[in-house]
Amino acid sequence: MHSYFWLLIGRWEATEVDEAALGDSAADKLGVRASDTFVLTPTPQPKDDFQEELVIRPLHSGDIYASFQFRTLWETDFMRENKVSHYRLFPKSLGQVISKFSVRELHISFTQGYWRTMQWGQPFLPSPPGAELWVWFQDSVTDVDAAWKELTNVLSGIFCASLNFIDSTNTVQPSASFKPLGIVNETDHRFLRYATLPREIVCTENLTPWKKLLPCGSKAGLAVLLKSEKLFHSSFFSQTVHIRPVCQDRECKTTSWELRQTLNVVFDLHTSGQGKREWSLFKMFSRTLTEACPLASSSKIYIDVTDNPQEEYFELSPATPLLSQAVVLGDRRTFSVYDLTQQVTFGTVRSLNLLIRWKSTEGDMLRPLLHAERYVAGYGLQTGEIHTVMYNNHPFRSFPVLLLDSVPWYLRLYIHTLTVTSKGKDNTPSYIHYQPSKDRMRPHLLEMLVQLPPHSVTEVTVQFERALLKWTEYTPDPNHGFYVGSSVISALVPSSVAMDTNITQEQPLFSSFFPCKEESSYFVRVYTEPLLVNLPTPDFSMPYNVICLTCTVVAVGYGSLYNLLTRSFQIEEPNPRLAKKIANFIRRIRGVPLLS
Amino acid sequence: MAAPLTLLLVVAVTIRAALYRSSLAEVIAERVEVVSPITAWKRVIEGLALLDLGVSPYSGDVFHETPLVIYLFHFLVDYAEITFMLADVISAIALYLAVKEYNKQVVRKKQKFALEADRYPQDCLELIRSPKEMLYIPLKVAMFYLLNPFTILSCVAKSTCGLNNAVISLFILTTIKGNALLSAVFLCLATYQSIYPLTLCAPAMLYLMQRQYIPVNYRRASFWWFVVQYLFMYLGSLFVLICLSFFLLGSWDYLPSVYGFILSVPDLTPNIGLFWYFFAEMFEHFRLFFLCVFQINVFFYTVPLSIKLKDHPVFLMFMQLAVISIFKSYPTVGDIALYMALLPVWSHLHRFLRNIFLVSCVLLACSVLFPVLWHLWIYAGSANSNFYYAITLLFNVAQILLVSDYFYAFLRREHHLIHGLYLKKKDGSEATLVLK
Repeated sequence: MHSYFWLLIGRWEATEVDEAALGDSAADKLGVRASDTFVLTPTPQPKDDFQEELVIRPLHSGDIYASFQFRTLWETDFMRENKVSHYRLFPKSLGQVISKFSVRELHISFTQGYWRTMQWGQPFLPSPPGAELWVWFQDSVTDVDAAWKELTNVLSGIFCASLNFIDSTNTVQPSASFKPLGIVNETDHRFLRYATLPREIVCTENLTPWKKLLPCGSKAGLAVLLKSEKLFHSSFFSQTVHIRPVCQDRECKTTSWELRQTLNVVFDLHTSGQGKREWSLFKMFSRTLTEACPLASSSKIYIDVTDNPQEEYFELSPATPLLSQAVVLGDRRTFSVYDLTQQVTFGTVRSLNLLIRWKSTEGDMLRPLLHAERYVAGYGLQTGEIHTVMYNNHPFRSFPVLLLDSVPWYLRLYIHTLTVTSKGKDNTPSYIHYQPSKDRMRPHLLEMLVQLPPHSVTEVTVQFERALLKWTEYTPDPNHGFYVGSSVISALVPSSVAMDTNITQEQPLFSSFFPCKEESSYFVRVYTEPLLVNLPTPDFSMPYNVICLTCTVVAVGYGSLYNLLTRSFQIEEPNPRLAKKIANFIRRIRGVPLLS
Repeated sequence: MAAPLTLLLVVAVTIRAALYRSSLAEVIAERVEVVSPITAWKRVIEGLALLDLGVSPYSGDVFHETPLVIYLFHFLVDYAEITFMLADVISAIALYLAVKEYNKQVVRKKQKFALEADRYPQDCLELIRSPKEMLYIPLKVAMFYLLNPFTILSCVAKSTCGLNNAVISLFILTTIKGNALLSAVFLCLATYQSIYPLTLCAPAMLYLMQRQYIPVNYRRASFWWFVVQYLFMYLGSLFVLICLSFFLLGSWDYLPSVYGFILSVPDLTPNIGLFWYFFAEMFEHFRLFFLCVFQINVFFYTVPLSIKLKDHPVFLMFMQLAVISIFKSYPTVGDIALYMALLPVWSHLHRFLRNIFLVSCVLLACSVLFPVLWHLWIYAGSANSNFYYAITLLFNVAQILLVSDYFYAFLRREHHLIHGLYLKKKDGSEATLVLK
């Protein structure tokens, strides 16, 4: 209906994306509101914009890190009284979700594999293994829990994921770790919900709906590279969706909604490359690029060549004269840029197949300034201890980190056993927010602010007790263990170069996600490994037996007391024998004296 | 008698102090047989830590003790070991004095009956204990309490069960001394701590009425007057305690967290009781039904037992304590130690006990097997939960047999006291007694 209307007006060629996901209202389809539609409203047309880019960073381990970024900006207001009904680039399914649930920010990630910070460095956008969802609601929402419950179910349908398993037992409200990333006017954490599903397995069925949200789908542009048979044959795969309101300009007069879809993948070329250290787009994705997405205002490929200024490590072909510099994660990086909107990029063969051939296997990576790991100590199924180890690799600067732990209720944390030690000394956290768990209701939430001394290892330990659950509460494979979501470490890490605080300046997408407020430091979020913890299990084959046996014992107690309470002692009179009884009976009839 | 008692106390305190200093203390404090989710010292410390963090200890599901306990240890946390030793000493002395007083009354009553003559059949004299035989019973009771390994373990683990036992012992002492007000106050404290001692109301009232020569007859106004008086004192002090707890923490959160926790049994941590495995394996839609059945079990026996034993309130008290410790939702060995301490009081029943040898053997074997099977299940992984569960079943059967055996012996002795010890049939041959 609407596309028809716009065609009549002739402004632009309308591209309705993903109408099927939530569907148009029946009234619109039947044309009941046709009269409304043909009233030409003088409101200015909403401005929207789509950008796509691919960043490729050859890692020193010989792996390849490819990060796709797609950004749709739309200057509209979803919270308006009359609902937004015309969608062009912005996916309608998500737009309707935003307006229905009064969402202010929505961040969702699906990840398969664990990001190895020590081998690969920091990712552009970190995500924990499994699924992660955090949402800021508008402060007009009265029942946040109900909205959250419904929202997770809707998202579960949109992304074909088990997000419907998010309930009160794995949802927390962090007080400090997850601040809004967009425009902020209020940060009352009552409107924040955060949940992870570390057990979630990510695969094709999650990728397909994610690709459908793109304006060009997987038909054109960078998205043609996203073929699941290659993407899931990798060491790490992560796809995310971030929705937030952002400023259009420095004065922040107008706001627009930003939908950012990213997909990060690390290919292990040792196993798939038959020992040869070289890769190409075709090798990685089994496709080459032939065009940019026609709807995109910018479509670029960046290749990180910082460590390779003279081509001593690897050789890149086809060569490009375009070089760009950007400050990413506290470091100035140099990128070779391929602009897909220029026909010259595709050359004479009308297809772009980037190729990197390694020359030397040497080279060392800058150690990430902050990384963390986590493990469970102790043996047996009664108690245990969670150790979180945080490394500050900065040689002379200390910096504070916020540690967030959300532990399920069936691992009962004892907060009085919490210890934080750095360099063998106690390191008392300056801020602790602890919310104890409620059985079968909510998880533990532990947040604390710890100062990491320069060049140090800080260890946080806390003891827990494993609960015995009801037999129906165990997962189908109980002896596999129970997952505990990653700890989240958020930090402002000192930067070696001045960070760019100008948000309006044109930057590559991958370097502009976390807002940067000061020049001397940059924001990093590190996720630790999820934990797998075994719990004691009852015998699942025994419910009938246990009910019978226990009831028997209770009955023994009842029976013996009942016996003594109701009966009294009497002298036992032995019963006369049967033959004697019969004889006496006959004698009684005959009138003869009875036998004694 | 003071010298042996003092010696006993010194020995008991020395053993405890030595164990506190040893590395065993930590191991014992983790034993599920010794501490329950309610009484564990680790959880009391956690409650204090939560208070320090500015979080209500009842907002989580770790701390389930009453507000008074947390305030007590707010001040005494550094002297916890002394507090728990003191609690044991107080319990032992209270039991000692209570049994001494009780024996004095038994002797007095006997003398009264002797005056009435013909009250007992001639051949029953051997059933009646002389004051000389009864001389050492109070000391034995104190010894059974203080040197019982169960009590020692419970004290070394700093299980708050020791405090509950002290309160109940003081209740027994004040009741036997005939002080209705203090009896009601201590009973209310015990109820406040764990609900179940509520059933001790009946023996306390029966005993006090007996002492004040009020006939236990519901047609008499004096009976009802006394019941109302006692209940008024009891409910009054309960009201004061509950309000005090409210004002200490400023919220009613503790009611569901303490009493709801005891009654609805959400924590299925293994213990020596019958609840944990049963409710871990329960079908969800029958859960409420069986919860009611199991909880009623504790309160259910009060009325029939009171009717049957209305002339023997102290034995009734013992029976009630045993029933509570068998059928309560989170039992520990400390609860068992309390009623076992009273066993020497009934030493004259030994000739009528039928299977005391078997029961003692089973109880001993189970006590040894608990840690063994726990280790096999939790640490070695070579056994499963059924092994430990089997032992809890056996242990509870043994306890039930022990209690019902004592009950049987008591009833039988009473029967013999009336009908003579050597019963004859009509034809003069020796008769056997049966329950009919």
